[in-house]
Amino acid sequence: METSTTMDAVQAHEHPRLRELKFTLVRIFRNPSAVIGVVLLSFFIGVAIAAPYIAPPKYAHAPYKMPHKGFSPTPKPPSERFIMGTTSGQYDILYGVVWGTRTAFKIGLLVVGFAGLVGVTLGVVAGYYGGWFDEILMRFVDIVWSIPLLVLAMTIVVAFGRGLENIIIALALVEWRWYVRVIRSEVLKLRHQEFVQAAKLMGVSDRKIILRHILPNSIYPVLIMGSMDMGSMVITASFLSFVGLGAPRGYADWGQMVALARNYIVGPANNPLQFWYTIFFPGICIILFVLGWNLLGDALRDAFDPKLRRR
Amino acid sequence: MTAYIIRRLLFLVFVLFGVSILIFGLLSTFSPERRAAAYVTTPQQAENIPLIIKEYGLDKPIYVQYGKWIQQVAQGNLGWSLVAARPVAKAFWNYFPTTLELNLFASPLVVIVGIWLGTMSGVYRDSFFDHSTRIAAIVGWSLPTFLFALILLMIFYGYLDLFSPGILSSELALWVANNPDQFVRYTGMYSIDGLLNGRPDITLNALNHLVLPVLTQVIVVVALLMRVMRSGMIEEMSKDYVITAKAKGADFKTIYQKHAKRNALIPVITVAGQLVALSMEGSIAVEVVFNRQGMGWWLAESATQLDMPVLMSVCMFVGLVFVISNLIIDIMYAYVDPRIRLH
Repeated sequence: METSTTMDAVQAHEHPRLRELKFTLVRIFRNPSAVIGVVLLSFFIGVAIAAPYIAPPKYAHAPYKMPHKGFSPTPKPPSERFIMGTTSGQYDILYGVVWGTRTAFKIGLLVVGFAGLVGVTLGVVAGYYGGWFDEILMRFVDIVWSIPLLVLAMTIVVAFGRGLENIIIALALVEWRWYVRVIRSEVLKLRHQEFVQAAKLMGVSDRKIILRHILPNSIYPVLIMGSMDMGSMVITASFLSFVGLGAPRGYADWGQMVALARNYIVGPANNPLQFWYTIFFPGICIILFVLGWNLLGDALRDAFDPKLRRR
Repeated sequence: MTAYIIRRLLFLVFVLFGVSILIFGLLSTFSPERRAAAYVTTPQQAENIPLIIKEYGLDKPIYVQYGKWIQQVAQGNLGWSLVAARPVAKAFWNYFPTTLELNLFASPLVVIVGIWLGTMSGVYRDSFFDHSTRIAAIVGWSLPTFLFALILLMIFYGYLDLFSPGILSSELALWVANNPDQFVRYTGMYSIDGLLNGRPDITLNALNHLVLPVLTQVIVVVALLMRVMRSGMIEEMSKDYVITAKAKGADFKTIYQKHAKRNALIPVITVAGQLVALSMEGSIAVEVVFNRQGMGWWLAESATQLDMPVLMSVCMFVGLVFVISNLIIDIMYAYVDPRIRLH
């Protein structure tokens, strides 16, 4: 088989799990979309880390507040002072885009981290032990499942009050349902397999079986979903801010910057695209950020799919 | 089968009960004064908030309140909508047709385009066509609906001046509003009502306003369908029966159209529920950006004005639609694939 050459390339004498991981990484990076995804994400990570150097904050105590020169609602085109121009309210677009990168990572990491942690914990426990806990949890998931993410998240944000923190909380409160379902079905598949049964017969504790045998074998679909979710949660959050449920005006956030540009997507009759820069820069940031995560997630799926894996 | 459907209908009641408790729980984070809005049905009542607090026991324990609230909901009293300035139940019929119209046009296109693209890229795997549709799908998947809609508006409304936002041009909308006796709103959908009233110009105008919203909706939803169809097709094409058919020299088009495609459609049905959810979410962004006064627009507007009764009712309604469509999908699944046994 042709895969044997790849297998030879990675050392054969290592711990099997390590060997498998190396094989997976080789597979992932053979896929051009993974390379593009990683490059895009590295760029955004770089921008997020270097934010204070690229766009030094004007207010040291509140770096996410976009500085603005004047209050005029009409955007100003890119100039030497404002490389990407200023948007409605004279907010510096470059500053907003740079610090907005940090906001995007904050949203993605917090939502996916919380939803993933809660979802995986509950899903593994429910799938492994079954019984009444499983029954109650899954019926509850059924209930939450019946309302689409955006509708439920919107309602929660309104109930808790608008703001970026509440958007993050609302999205996390809704999104964990996916992780529960995905990991639970993986655990159900594993629970009755021989190696788990054997470990049980040998008297290995449940805790150890879950941590050593169940989790490492069922976590891949969660990683794929987590990667895709980093993007889709940022999309949803930016739409909620676009609608006006997000942070107060002037907070560096891509969704809000698109909202500020909204009235300027159509310029005067003689120059309809006059204000292109107001929507182009924040818009392209959202698209590339999400694209990066989706490309990575897509490559992960191809690499982890057992049907495609060894072809 | 009948027993299964009955069990699922009971399950539907359970889910709706759960949703109502969930929503009511969210409502209880508000003060009694604000919660009172969920019970008001006339402007006069709105001036008598203390009376309503008393009448519906808003200062009583939560289970008493829930009982009274659900009684009201069962009678069709869903509260007062600030945005629509009328009772929620009445306003609903104003907004619902607009959203239905959008999805009536978009959904068939999503199905046709998605299945065709998925089939073709699955059959001709790793061809140029396959790679370009896959790239298009992943880029489409990464495009936020509202941003894509704004870009379309920028190009087709601002630059080319071909289509405009809204539901109807302002002159026609004004004429319709002023002549309720000459233009009967049978369905609430202008594209259909125009024909029923013998006014094809109104139908054309409405269709013109639908082009960009439908395009947005299709592009955003189609990526998922395409991907599932493609992987289903790849799997079927490598199965023994296809190889046999090829070996005996059957026409290639017959093989993938008649044999492989029908089997590849089965997994597509499992994501149909997700497609419904995507369309619901897509409608919100599309209606907000294109300024179409439908359910999605109403929901977003209500959210910004903290109009809680509307949000609660929409959650209940969407939950109902979603659970029923999932039931239909499951039944279809069993019907299409005899190997599936419902129990």
